Amino acid sequence: MQRHLISAADLTRDDAVLILDTAEEMARVADRPIKKLPTLRGRTVVNLFFEDSTRTRISFEAAEKRLSADVINFTAKGSSVSKGESLKDTAQTLEAMGVDAVVIRHSASGAPYRLATSGWIDAAVINAGDGTHQHPTQALLDAFTMRRRLVGRDAGLGQDLAGKRITIVGDVLHSRVARSNVDLLHTLGAEVTLVAPPTLLPVGVETWPCAVSYDLDSTLPKSDAVMMLRVQRERMNAAFFPTEREYSRRYGLDGERMARMPEHAIVMHPGPMVRGMEITAEVADSDRCTVVEQVANGVSIRMAVLYLLLGGNEPAVAHPSPSSESRTTEEK
Amino acid sequence: MDTQASDARPVLEGPDIARVLTRIAHEIVERAKGADDVVLLGIPTRGVFLARRLAAKLEQITERKVPVGSLDITMYRDDLRMHPPRALARTEIPGDGIDGRLVVLVDDVLFSGRTIRAALDALNDIGRPRAVQLAVLVDRGHRELPIRADYVGKNLPTSLRETVKVQLAEEDGRDTVLLGAKRTAPGAQH
Repeated sequence: MQRHLISAADLTRDDAVLILDTAEEMARVADRPIKKLPTLRGRTVVNLFFEDSTRTRISFEAAEKRLSADVINFTAKGSSVSKGESLKDTAQTLEAMGVDAVVIRHSASGAPYRLATSGWIDAAVINAGDGTHQHPTQALLDAFTMRRRLVGRDAGLGQDLAGKRITIVGDVLHSRVARSNVDLLHTLGAEVTLVAPPTLLPVGVETWPCAVSYDLDSTLPKSDAVMMLRVQRERMNAAFFPTEREYSRRYGLDGERMARMPEHAIVMHPGPMVRGMEITAEVADSDRCTVVEQVANGVSIRMAVLYLLLGGNEPAVAHPSPSSESRTTEEK
Repeated sequence: MDTQASDARPVLEGPDIARVLTRIAHEIVERAKGADDVVLLGIPTRGVFLARRLAAKLEQITERKVPVGSLDITMYRDDLRMHPPRALARTEIPGDGIDGRLVVLVDDVLFSGRTIRAALDALNDIGRPRAVQLAVLVDRGHRELPIRADYVGKNLPTSLRETVKVQLAEEDGRDTVLLGAKRTAPGAQH
């Protein structure tokens, strides 16, 4: 039984579609004057952030608060972790406080998996990004954005992304976003192409369920969505490309390149954007660019994941799917 | 908890259901003095179909369009932690909202009253109606909360060992209300 969300690869097609459909209903709550549901009342969720990430943390926090959970924010800076406390000790402290879920961001790949499987803690673990490994809720919100734009808001319910062609461009090597997206989009039936300089592709990429290309220009005309990745200077410990200008010339998305994309195609970016390098201001500000939508969708997706993992007495994800049948009269 | 097909007997058939909905529509018009500000909200799944049918009948009577929507109450239930989370149904509030309107909640069966309590909570988050009324196709009794319906299609005194199953053409292919005996799984406790 799946109690945690560690990797986008753990989700079946049905799980992923259930999460996307649930997020569609959660998005409606955001349109209301009172953006709050009593669903997780009395549940405690800890946002355990060992790595800075304002964007992801506030997105999770907004989702938790909209579902009425009690939220505890924990950042490593200034905590006992900076005094040398181990993940195990931190986990056991949280366990003693009786938390129901831990949303963890860590610079070490595998930290959430360790937390979920070591027996240190009984709570559900949600991976909010670990090293260069996974960021499953980001992949889900990207898929949600694609489904809304490419399939349709209401028409999309129950649908996956079968046959959609998605291109992911840039620093794949350091990107957990790329990795999670390839896993999830493949599960949802999309055809994914990674475009990057050879130096920014990880070893073993040929075993991933996607195509690889070094040439952005030839890929653009057959893409339904183009996802630009941030060039992660902070993770780069060697020279992966000659100059920023050279990178931008070959792999940056500008207005001219965007014009080669099909009319309906969208431009995505997980943020934060480095304008002028991987994406020009012209593209970033165009209405084909979904960056702001992705942020709003992030809250809906995280509400859906929290509801499906914590809303009942057992998780609905990766579990014999919850009865899609209507309520029985026995509950009325 | 399912009804055994063999011993389930129909207590309302298609024409009866149409007739009681017509009667409820007339009762709504009478009590609301014309149904000027009435908004019908069905509770998924079958309450929504009933609400749409009622709206059509109200339109025939008043020759005015009556706003109709749906209100999913899943996330407001008080027994969420007793079952795995279920897939959410659609909440659709008519464009003009419910503020200052007479909201008539519509459901197929009224039993413990907990669904309606959840619906009242949900309404609270969406707006402030002038008044809220409740219309149900079948009231089978056994209330666990001080809630009663304003419009009842049929009062059906039942025992707790019985089940009431409403089938509607939109979802089940036919209109009927079946009364059956609760099937007890071997070894299950009551």
